Amino acid sequence: MDNLLSFTTFIPAVAALILAVFLRGSDAASQRNAKWVAMFATTATFLVSLFILFEFDPSNTGFQFVEQGEWLLGLQYKMGVDGISVLFVMLTTFMMPLVIAASWNVETRVKEYMIAFLLLETLMLGVFMALDLVLFYLFFEAGLIPMFLIIGIWGGANRIYASFKFFLYTFLGSVLMLVAMVAMFSDAGTTDIVQLLSHEFESDTFSILGIQIVGGMQTMMFLAFFASFAVKMPMWPVHTWLPDAHVQAPTAGSVVLAAILLKMGGYGFLRFSLPMFPVGAEVLTPLVLWMSAIAIVYTSLVALVQEDMKKLIAYSSVAHMGFVTMGIFAANQQGVDGAIFQMISHGFISGALFLCVGVIYDRMHTREIDAYGGLVNRMPAYAMIFMFFTMANVGLPGTSGFVGEFLTLIGTFQVNTWVAAVATTGVIFSAAYALWLYRRVVMGDLIKESLKSITDMTRREKLIFAPLVAMTLLLGIYPALVLDIIGPSVTALVNNYDTATAAAAAATPMVGN
Amino acid sequence: MSADLTLILPEIVLAVFAMLGLLGAVYTGKDALAPALVWATSALLVLVALWVGLAAPETHTGFGGMFIDDGFSRFAKVTLLLSAAAVLAMSEGYMSARGLLRFEYPILITLAVVGMMVMVSAGDLMSLYMGLELQSLALYVVASLRRDSIKSTEAGLKYFVLGALSSGLLLYGASLIYGYAGTTLFSGIIQTAQTGDVSLGMLFGLIFVISGLAFKVSAVPFHMWTPDVYEGAPTPITAFFATAPKVAAMGLFARVMHDAFGNAVGDWQQVVALISLLSMFLGAIAAIGQTNIKRLMAYSSIAHMGYALMGLASGTVFGVQAMLVYLAIYVTMNVGTFAFILMMERDGQPVVDVASLNMYSKREPGKALAMLVLLFSLAGVPPMLGFFGKLYVLRAAYEGGLAWLAIAGVVASVIGAFYYLRIVFYMYFGDENAEGLDGGKSPVLWGFLMASAVVMVLGIINMFGVEGAAAAAAASLVN
Repeated sequence: MDNLLSFTTFIPAVAALILAVFLRGSDAASQRNAKWVAMFATTATFLVSLFILFEFDPSNTGFQFVEQGEWLLGLQYKMGVDGISVLFVMLTTFMMPLVIAASWNVETRVKEYMIAFLLLETLMLGVFMALDLVLFYLFFEAGLIPMFLIIGIWGGANRIYASFKFFLYTFLGSVLMLVAMVAMFSDAGTTDIVQLLSHEFESDTFSILGIQIVGGMQTMMFLAFFASFAVKMPMWPVHTWLPDAHVQAPTAGSVVLAAILLKMGGYGFLRFSLPMFPVGAEVLTPLVLWMSAIAIVYTSLVALVQEDMKKLIAYSSVAHMGFVTMGIFAANQQGVDGAIFQMISHGFISGALFLCVGVIYDRMHTREIDAYGGLVNRMPAYAMIFMFFTMANVGLPGTSGFVGEFLTLIGTFQVNTWVAAVATTGVIFSAAYALWLYRRVVMGDLIKESLKSITDMTRREKLIFAPLVAMTLLLGIYPALVLDIIGPSVTALVNNYDTATAAAAAATPMVGN
Repeated sequence: MSADLTLILPEIVLAVFAMLGLLGAVYTGKDALAPALVWATSALLVLVALWVGLAAPETHTGFGGMFIDDGFSRFAKVTLLLSAAAVLAMSEGYMSARGLLRFEYPILITLAVVGMMVMVSAGDLMSLYMGLELQSLALYVVASLRRDSIKSTEAGLKYFVLGALSSGLLLYGASLIYGYAGTTLFSGIIQTAQTGDVSLGMLFGLIFVISGLAFKVSAVPFHMWTPDVYEGAPTPITAFFATAPKVAAMGLFARVMHDAFGNAVGDWQQVVALISLLSMFLGAIAAIGQTNIKRLMAYSSIAHMGYALMGLASGTVFGVQAMLVYLAIYVTMNVGTFAFILMMERDGQPVVDVASLNMYSKREPGKALAMLVLLFSLAGVPPMLGFFGKLYVLRAAYEGGLAWLAIAGVVASVIGAFYYLRIVFYMYFGDENAEGLDGGKSPVLWGFLMASAVVMVLGIINMFGVEGAAAAAAASLVN
């Protein structure tokens, strides 16, 4: 099939259109229909995406399944996947049926809810497949609209503030990237990502208003892209929208946000920042590495004092994303491998943790840690699952969380020992907050009156967790599943990066001030 | 001479139609004729748009160079004719229901349209002024059409006084240019005005002309009339102000800058860029505090004119193309948005308070969704067509060496996004118990709203060929 990627991408959008046009009424029957249509569409998308995975050739480091068509303004409609993006596509299609299943209890405006999530899936898939700058930007930004509505309509008490903050924060980051994209378009004369990857952007030092810009245009463009991806990631100190958005979003929204949307930032670094602006990236690498290290330690400490479970997990996400940026900017095989691995693994683990919170939130309608305690007495199955994912979050060997953290730390250690040393303390902190959370929520005696009648997980809830547990274990025990697919592409990326930076260093003789 | 007359045949047809309509209405002496006249005018405008649009892609000049019929003028004419036709079609139901529909209304609109067509075809300072005044005089009257309303008459008076002032500025500038160039023909002025060699008097004239034109496009710092006039005028007339005259004035702006001062880009680029910058920021910031949706749209249009001017400020062919594309998209969005605003009513009374949209999405999911699309398009969020308009002007600005303007523009667009989001907030996240809107069932308005929203989504596929037409139009202007 020639347009497998487009086909995969637009199945959910077509389903959303069908829901919007044909589904009438808001009685129980039509609500059920909306849920089943969404479930069917996301599952179908997953099954179709399996073809991409099975037919993908890891040894080929170029783009595969490429589709191309003319578009307006000299842009192109071009899609394709390589070793770096293919697993993000799979992560997205894998998570979405679970997200829909986790939303089975939604009762208000079910049709709109499902439409929003289906459209969001199309847009997320588009981000990972787009091979045209503007097409990428289009998918990247358009995802804000459904997410804004999801937080704003189905969110918690303070949802308005959170949705506006989410939208404006990420929008501001992205528009600077848009200007850089326009600049790239003008410089290179094309928006084709494949051609841009081999285009060398100006890196001669120049000065603006008397300030010397080492790395020239590349540094400027790097910074513009950085503004967007760092906010999306999110990196310290521009992470503050994330805890708000997570706390206010409905469970399914949090899962999508943590499992997939955050990965767009990391993917962006790997697709654009490192390969297209290697000189600029090298100039700013120390800054990014230290920001990552600060993020890991600082947000772990902040997580320790949270009263709200979702907020705690949100801060833990920021810390884990710190490992990702650290690994990416170590720019060696282990670091980048580890970063991608960590993103995939974090998708499963953080998604599962938000689902864990969702399970008890559905029953008690509170996320206050103090409102719980001793759940193990009434919910043994839940205690097991929560335990498993807490351990995975801590990075226990045998779970996928360990592999990613370990690889990124190895990679960073080779580049900057101090950053690696600081970041390693984060591992200890993460054990502290995660285990303490577990202790306060699950362990101990069940003394709270309101919890006396709480029920254990239903079969539907167990079914949602089963694939996540399986993936976390599988990748923890046999990480080659992921590393074999991403390996060759990462090697090519790292080699290109090294060549480019070495060439730039050779071209510029050292100048004294 | 007959060749000259053939050239302005569309204008003549419209003018004669207006005269006949006037005669007919005066003889019968009844406003009962008005609805039919509105529909007839609307249909005629569409026909003329087709006639102009399908003409052979050639450049003709007539009346000794005073009137230019080229791709650029045809693009602008089609855009403004279609938008005027759309607004007329939208206004009939609203105005009839409120007893506002007088037979003068379609006639004045037709005359204003004739003025606009002359404006975008002007090849001489004199024909420029004639077109401009014909348009303006008709608009002054239309703004105060609701004679028993203090706000409407105030709007008309304010518009008239400030408009007259700006016409004076423009005329003074024109006289200076004439004095220093020795001719009023654009083709003559361009010979005299060379970059780096523009005499001081000519420069003064240029600045005065820009000031007058900036008033007409409601760019900062000549925007003060806009919110008051938008608020005071009856809503269909506000819709008209927001669409066709903007296209005509921007077309005229580009015409003067490129046809008369195309060799002195360096002398006006910074001025236009500054006006563009101020408009974008003022439009974005001042709209935040507005609760009246018509005032809000006034500031929105100021900001949008800022973006359109960004294309012009680049001083390139691509910049003009970007400006034209932006205008076409802007007009389409505004037609849809005003169709929505016209439908906002409670107990048969028009409502303009943004807060009255509380939970509108529950009562009218279809209309709310269409408005959502339009709002995100106005904010320039992809994948709506409004984003591509912004992309065009950003690229034009960057390639014109105005990277700082492009950066400022995107920052302003983030600020501006806030107030569009606020409307979404009321429609989707608002208070369910607040008193909402009712009624507002008009198939015509509904059709325009939906069509506009659909265009904003489907237009991203190929823009319905507007891109190519705009490119040809821009190429015919700048040479």
